[in-house]
Amino acid sequence: MTCEVKISYFAILRDQRGVSEEVLSFNGTTPQELYSYLQEKFGLTFKPENLRVAVNDSFAPWQTELKSGDKVAFIPPVSGG
Amino acid sequence: MFELSEHILNELELRSSLINQKCGALVTFEGWVRDFNEGKPVSRLDYQAYEELALSEGNKICAEAIEKFGAENMRCVHRTGQLNLGEIAIWIGVVSVHRDAAFKACQYVIDEVKSRVPIWKREHYVDHDSGWVNCEQCARKSFKSSGVSMSIGL
Repeated sequence: MTCEVKISYFAILRDQRGVSEEVLSFNGTTPQELYSYLQEKFGLTFKPENLRVAVNDSFAPWQTELKSGDKVAFIPPVSGG
Repeated sequence: MFELSEHILNELELRSSLINQKCGALVTFEGWVRDFNEGKPVSRLDYQAYEELALSEGNKICAEAIEKFGAENMRCVHRTGQLNLGEIAIWIGVVSVHRDAAFKACQYVIDEVKSRVPIWKREHYVDHDSGWVNCEQCARKSFKSSGVSMSIGL
């Protein structure tokens, strides 16, 4: 099953991907499957265990069922303050 | 209560906005841009935020602090964009009837913001190198263990 989502990239992931956001379709329905696809396609080096997930601007589990049109972001370790 | 700002913070204006005659205490915290980190001389910083989630998580933290400690009101403003040495990166002000609530709430807010709010700091070093604080090591570790031969992009 394919799903078209809008992905936002931040910090080191934005540098690695080279864009701040993009819309793309992938084969799967969860952030976990999406991140594996991005790692393979774009060579992202961050391990998922070091990231959190946000779906539609709220923190969400890796196994969340995504639907087309959802906004997804992967959150590297934060360093504000 | 929680805000992001691209502009230099004016601590006197922020302080004035909290004045409340019911309160006997104001506790403030300012986080400043320091000229070194982990032994490396720093020349400036960039802060990048996931705005929507930073605002919702930051406001949640402020509400928790008021609820837990009984503070009357607070403001927490975090800078984004490019900051020079000595600038205020984060300003927190908490007012309460008595001092104890304001001290505790202020400490709670800075600790939680640092660990929970999606804001990232890139340090620029005097030797022209730069790096995302708390991120570089994770990328390097993954890089080594994945065995993939490619640049990590920084």
